[in-house]
Amino acid sequence: MKIAVCISHVPDTATRIKIGGDGKTLDPSGVTFIINPYDEFAIEEALKTKESLGTGEVVVITLGAEPAKETIRKALAMGVDNAVLLKEDVSRDSLGVAKALAEEIKSQNAQLIFMGKQSVDYDNSIVGQLTAELLRYNCVSVVVKLILDGNKIIAEREIEGGREVVQTSLPVIITCQKGLNEPRYASLKGIMAAKKKVIEEKTPAQYIPSTEIVSMNLPPAKKPGRIVGNDVSAVPELVRLLREEAKVI
Amino acid sequence: MTKKILAVLEQREGTLKRSAFEVIHVAAKLAKDLNTSAEAVVVGDSISNLNEIAKFGINKITHLKNSLLSNYSPSAYTDVINNLSKEIGCDILILSNTSQGRDLAPRLSVRINAACVIDCTQINISGNDIICRRPIYAGKAFVDVKILSENKIITIRPNVFKAQASESSGAAEIIVKEITSPDLRDKVIEFKKAEGKLDVAESDIIVSGGRGLKGPENFHLIEKLAEALGGAVGASRAVVDAGWRPHNEQVGQTGKTVSPSLYVACGISGAIQHLAGMSSSKYIVAINKDKDAPIFKIADYGISGDIFEIIPALTEEIKKVKHS
Repeated sequence: MKIAVCISHVPDTATRIKIGGDGKTLDPSGVTFIINPYDEFAIEEALKTKESLGTGEVVVITLGAEPAKETIRKALAMGVDNAVLLKEDVSRDSLGVAKALAEEIKSQNAQLIFMGKQSVDYDNSIVGQLTAELLRYNCVSVVVKLILDGNKIIAEREIEGGREVVQTSLPVIITCQKGLNEPRYASLKGIMAAKKKVIEEKTPAQYIPSTEIVSMNLPPAKKPGRIVGNDVSAVPELVRLLREEAKVI
Repeated sequence: MTKKILAVLEQREGTLKRSAFEVIHVAAKLAKDLNTSAEAVVVGDSISNLNEIAKFGINKITHLKNSLLSNYSPSAYTDVINNLSKEIGCDILILSNTSQGRDLAPRLSVRINAACVIDCTQINISGNDIICRRPIYAGKAFVDVKILSENKIITIRPNVFKAQASESSGAAEIIVKEITSPDLRDKVIEFKKAEGKLDVAESDIIVSGGRGLKGPENFHLIEKLAEALGGAVGASRAVVDAGWRPHNEQVGQTGKTVSPSLYVACGISGAIQHLAGMSSSKYIVAINKDKDAPIFKIADYGISGDIFEIIPALTEEIKKVKHS
């Protein structure tokens, strides 16, 4: 079976956001880019699944510009077999990303697809569901436990106050949440092998956006608060402030 | 021109969720601003509180009913809502950005050929355009998004748009449509309730612990304070990654983004990715031994000192004032 993993190249979560000169995008100067953290769970689950099946191929698919290759190399170093970069310099909205991914998943004829549950830049969390719907595949989002039994899928998805156990079947897109597994570290051998692997480049079909970002801004700075005290004697005053000033208890 | 707005409501165990009333409120207001009308839809088996919708501004609801649809099924819910939306000619759908709303909205958007903008905290009308404001980078920044497509699907962040019930309204018109043989390609077969009493994503008070607790065995201090306040327990990424706490309690950029009325950070220094997830809380209290910790920069009230003395004292003091 061919397994696909869709990953993205995002600013490190330790990044302090600066708005670019156009007022609509992130200023990338000085920003470190990383593999989207949720995508590491997707890669791990794909590799684990291939290992437990004892056969198959894992292909990683990324939509992005040239620098995204760094992120693809990390996936290859973890043990992914092949990689495709859908190369495009401008960034797309979620539907545009989904259309490009759906096209490639179809041409790869992948039956089991893993993605992170959201990317930590635009926090959209909808690309998996959009891609599945475009392909008319099944999809379970925010998955923390997965059992694959032949054609049958049992997946647990995290929701408010608990987990929903979802029953479905292949072909399926699974969007991965923290807790699904412990992503492996790349071995030295893996890192060396990844350097030699060829990343296939393709040009995705043109897309007309469905949304447009008209401005990007920082939230208003919070006023600095006050230190009520330096030890346990400050507790009654803190509680008084919470009751009388903040009125939250 | 907008034809009609559809408020897609969520029920759990046969009762409309609180977030459903926020959806009604937003849909009704948008209909008024766009000079059009709004109606509602809900999928499920028997639902107890459908009459209440009128108080929040919509007085017509279609209940798509089948006993097999009491639990969520992505395929079936997408199908039946899509059919209804087309039948009554809706071009704007509003959902809450809950686990279910986030899952369902993008699926519907492909079916009705709509752009899907999720997790909005403001919806503004500018000329003929609808512009949605939404946080990105877990709240480190926000964007204004113009929707270019004719059909539109918007999910709204829970607890942001406050729904006010009005007393002066009539009864709701409830149309029940029995659904025959729903598409159950995927379905929820079981719900496993989490062990914790309250979920951080839904709680109005959160007490979080970090590395300053020194070990998982000391988290009972956090649990007791949370219990005294009637809140949920949260955790920093450091303690979740160390295996002290389950990941569903993690607050921050790779955990949950929360905006409760009160957030109490105990032994949390305040890494950027943590602050991103909780800085929109209404009031923030920080308790940390390091007076230079970044958490104090965004806290409304802070005590710098020994958390092992301060947390139990705070728990006792809160119990005392709550009982007085």
